[in-house]
Formats: sequence, structure tokens, C-alpha cells
Amino acid sequence: MTSVASGVARKKKVTPSAILMRASMIMIIGVAVYWLGLNLTSDPRQFAQVTVNGLNNGLLYALIALGYTLVYGIIELINFAHGDLFMLGAVFSFAVLTEALGATGPSATNYALLLVVLLLSMLFCAFINVSIERLAYRRLRNAPRLAPLITAVGMSFVLQWIGLKWIGSNPVNVNTVLPSSDFEVAGVVIAVKTLIIFAVTIPLLIVLAFIVNKTRRGRAMRATAQDKDASRLMGIDVNQTITFTFAIAGAAAGAAGLMWAQTTGTVAYNLGFQLGLVAFTAAVLGGVGNLYGAVLGGIIIGLIQSYNDGLAIGPGQRWSQTMVFTLLILLMVYRPGGLLGETAQEKV
Amino acid sequence: MARLNTPAMLKINDLTVGYGAITAVKGLTLEVREGEIVSLIGSNGAGKSTTLRTVSGLLKPKSGNIEFLGEKIDGIAGHEIVAKGICHSPEGRRIFPKMTVDENLDLGAYLRKDAAAVKETRDHVLQLFPRLQERINQKAGTMSGGEQQMLAVGRALMGNPKLLILDEPSMGLAPVLVDLIFETIEEIRKSGVTILLVEQNALAALRIADYAYVLESGHLKLEGDGSKLADDPAIAQAYLGG
Ligand SMILES: Nc1ncnc2c1ncn2[C@@H]1O[C@H](COP(=O)(O)OP(=O)(O)OP(=O)(O)O)[C@@H](O)[C@H]1O
Ligand SMILES: [Mg+2]
Repeated sequence: MTSVASGVARKKKVTPSAILMRASMIMIIGVAVYWLGLNLTSDPRQFAQVTVNGLNNGLLYALIALGYTLVYGIIELINFAHGDLFMLGAVFSFAVLTEALGATGPSATNYALLLVVLLLSMLFCAFINVSIERLAYRRLRNAPRLAPLITAVGMSFVLQWIGLKWIGSNPVNVNTVLPSSDFEVAGVVIAVKTLIIFAVTIPLLIVLAFIVNKTRRGRAMRATAQDKDASRLMGIDVNQTITFTFAIAGAAAGAAGLMWAQTTGTVAYNLGFQLGLVAFTAAVLGGVGNLYGAVLGGIIIGLIQSYNDGLAIGPGQRWSQTMVFTLLILLMVYRPGGLLGETAQEKV
Repeated sequence: MARLNTPAMLKINDLTVGYGAITAVKGLTLEVREGEIVSLIGSNGAGKSTTLRTVSGLLKPKSGNIEFLGEKIDGIAGHEIVAKGICHSPEGRRIFPKMTVDENLDLGAYLRKDAAAVKETRDHVLQLFPRLQERINQKAGTMSGGEQQMLAVGRALMGNPKLLILDEPSMGLAPVLVDLIFETIEEIRKSGVTILLVEQNALAALRIADYAYVLESGHLKLEGDGSKLADDPAIAQAYLGG
């Protein structure tokens, strides 16, 4: 009985190719650690600076990546439209906060407006995401896998088109409400904007994790993700649970959209494509379907980009995307399930 | 044992269910009375699970109707049927493998609001299956088949059902555990729960049943008191491998 309970404890044969895999992995990790260590020792202040910048972007990636992972977790669909939903969140916040409300500089009222629009933007994106699920994906739930996937790609174009009609084809400058001031801690310059990103994204991530792990709704989400019919037999309203999941995924994208517009000071209709790809990569890197994996993946990609672009000894900005995707490919080779994803054998 | 003289709890009337072009159940009529154990037996693919899944609202009937405590329940969504007092331990256990035993049991009581009453049911379930208590924090997917089966039955009981539906609760279990499961089923009935049972283990299912139905390729072949069918040589030959 204990042998069954302790899982499949089969011994793996050590083959030459396995040794090669191990050795090459250790070598790659060695090179990476050496590179980071070299930079850390040669200029610790710069290293800390770059780390802060990396976290800044990484947390935004994490918020978007969550949406991919939540939706994938519950209906096994890569929601290609999710990046564009984030873009619409950014555009919406620009249209409401900057244009309609005229909040274009730091002031107490504008901060309050920012919070209000943050909520509105989250609601807006939640609403769009729920509508997409209702109108398109739900009808295809029992269709072959490819059908909803193609539909998601189509939805991505629809949302881009809405963005294009809304703000035009050129990137638009956003006069941000956030102060452009910064301060120094031990020689490291920290922008107030960065702190605000931390202050908004970290609590949001914690609230999301709390919802999924600790609430009754969250338990229904996790059950639905594992077995829909069994969930129905527990009395869980599966459709409503899926709707709820799309709502919180959308809300996270809406928050990320506003924060992006306000911290980078620019929005464009094709923002979703670039950021969506990065965030999707983050979700896969962390193990798609795993909440903490998405956060971890987002932060790692933010850091990699930042280290690559900002460290004195390094490949430099031109190689930014290359580095990210090389990392992804390597990780997929060594850990196909992603960092925190389950290994294939556990799949029941 | 013989049919009880209690009012009907579940009435299935002329039920036809199918998957696309395939018709899996054709014109089935059956009744489960309050306090009974009713067994539904038949060979593989006879339509037993299809019948149970239709009662639980996972499938929609093509025609016919289902009444539970005098109320029409066919066409109602699965999660609403649970609220009416039908809990279903499905074929193949279908526990939530990535959750702990504890969380699985909690999900069984998903619709129940009264925490004290849930606690009481939970104590009862853990008393029926002490093994679950020992493994309370283990991931359900890592448990042995028998333990998972106990969890599936325990989870269904957590909903405090009026009618408990069991689809092959002894599947894949060692003979000792099969006996344990059947003893437990009788114990559950004694605690006031009505049971609709599907079993491959036909002889045991007939012996324990007050009344039984035999399905053959979607049709009702035979019905009668459990003990009578169990002693019927024709049945023994066709279904009990005798
Ligand atoms: N999802 C499905 N799609 C198509 N056909 C199905 C499906 N599920 C069951 N069937 C068919 O319906 C018929 C009845 O199946 P059902 O599962 O109800 O049988 P069963 O009596 O429970 O058999 P077993 O004892 O093997 O569990 C079978 O012929 C089966 O092939
Ligand atoms: Mg069956």
C-alpha cells in the first residue's frame, strides 16, 4: 500500500543521452550564473538598478500572463485575443482618464481619478472577455480543439481592429498622471512610477492568488479545471465558473493596460501583439495553467530583458527577444511542462 | 429482498437517451422507492452509466421523463439536480486528482451552507472510511485505486443526498475491498439514504438489492426482487458468468 501511495518510484536508467542533457544543462546554468556574477561584482549598483527595472516590467508581464494561464487552466484554450484585450485596456484608460477626464498630470484629484479609472478599466476588460467567451468560445466547447483556437486568433484581429478604429494607426502619447520624479536608495535610482507599479500589481496578484486558492469560487475554478462533469456532480455551475474565470483574467489585463499606458506614456493598437507574445511566453515558461508559474515567468522574462539590455557586460538590447526565446526553447527542452508545470507523468 | 412499500422517490418513464446518432438507452422505465437499494445490471455497453448520467443531468434525454420526489427533473442542469438531493459517485471515480482528500470532501458539500451539519456528515463519512482520515492531506491522485473509490463514495455522501447514485463502486478493487464496499453500501442505506446502484459484480449487486433491473443493449430485459433474480438460473447464466 505504501509503495502505491508514495507514487511511481520507478528507477530511471541512466543513459548516455541523459548524462549529456544533465551536463549541458549544468553548463548553460553555469554560463548564466557566471555572466550575472560577473556583472554583479563589477558594478553592483548598476546590477541592482537593472534588477529594479526588470521587476517593473516583469510584474506587468505577470499580470497579463495570468490571464493566459487562468483561461488555459480552465478550458485548455490558448486565448490569443488576451494580449489585445490588454491593449484595449490601455486604450480605454487613455480614452477615459487622459482624454475624457483630462487627467494629464500629477495631482491629488488625478490620483483619485486614476484609481477610479483603474477599476473601470478592469471592469471594461472583464466585460469584454466574458462577452467573447459567451459569444464565441462557449459555443465551441465541444468542438475539435482547433476550432476555438482559430476563433481566438480571429478575436485577436477583431480587438486589434477596434483599437485601430479607436486611436488610429500611430502610437499615441499619454500624458501620464504619475509623477516622473524618482529617489535614490544606496545609489540605485527608483522611479516613483516603479513603486506605483509594485503597489498596484503585487496586491492584485495576491488577491488573485487568494481568490483561486482560498475562496469557494476559487475551489470551484480548480475543480472545473480538472474535471467538468465531476464538478457538475458536486453542484458547481460550470458555465458560471468559466465566466468568472474570464472575468478575473480580463480584469487583470485591464489593470495591466492602464498601468502600461501610465508608466510608458504611450499606447498603440498593436501593443497587444508584442506584449501578448511576451506574456504568453511567460505563462509557458512558468508552466501554463499554473498561477504562480505565470507570475514567476513574467518576472523572469522582465529580468532577462532588463539584464540583457542594461548590464554593462552583455549582448545588448538588439538581442533582447532572442535571449527571451532562447531561454524559452532551452527550458522547453529540459522541462517541457514549464518551471512550475506538472511533469507529463502526472497527467491523469 | 423484496421491494419496499414506500412511496416512489425516483421515477424514470420511457426514457430514451443517445449520443448523436447512437441510441444508448431505449424506452427505459424504472422506479426507486424511498429507503430502497435498487440495482441496475447488464453487460458492458448496456446503457447503465448513460441512464445514471441522464438522471444526474449530465446528459439530456431524447424523450421520456424523470421525476424526483414528484418533481420533473429531466432537462434541468446537473448542478441544480445536486441541489435537489441526488449525489452521484461516477464510473471511474472522477475524484479531483490534484486536490487533497480534504478538499475533495469539501467539494462534495459544495452547495451546503450549514457548517455544523457538514461537519457532522464529514465525521460520519470518515467513520465509514477511516482510511480517508489517515490520508486526509494527501493529493487524491496519488492514492491507491481502492482509496480513491472510497473517496468518490465519501465525496458523494458529503452532499447529504436523499438519493445516492453509485456507478461501479467496486470496480478494480481487491475482493476484501469489494466486500467492504458492499457492507458500507448497506450501512449507508441504514442511515436513511436511498441508493441506485450499478455494478459489474452482478451477483453481489442483486443480493444486496431490494429490487433490480436488467438492461440489455439499452432495453429493459427483466426486473424483479433482487434475491429472486439472484437465484434465477437464467440470469445466472446470462449475467453472472454462472
Ligand atoms: N460519450 C459517448 N459518445 C458516444 N457513445 C457513447 C458515449 N458514452 C457511451 N457511449 C455508448 O453508449 C452505449 C452505452 O454506454 P454506457 O456507458 O451507458 O454503458 P454501461 O452499461 O455503463 O457499460 P459498462 O458496464 O461498460 O460501464 C455504449 O454502446 C457506448 O459505446
Ligand atoms: Mg458504465
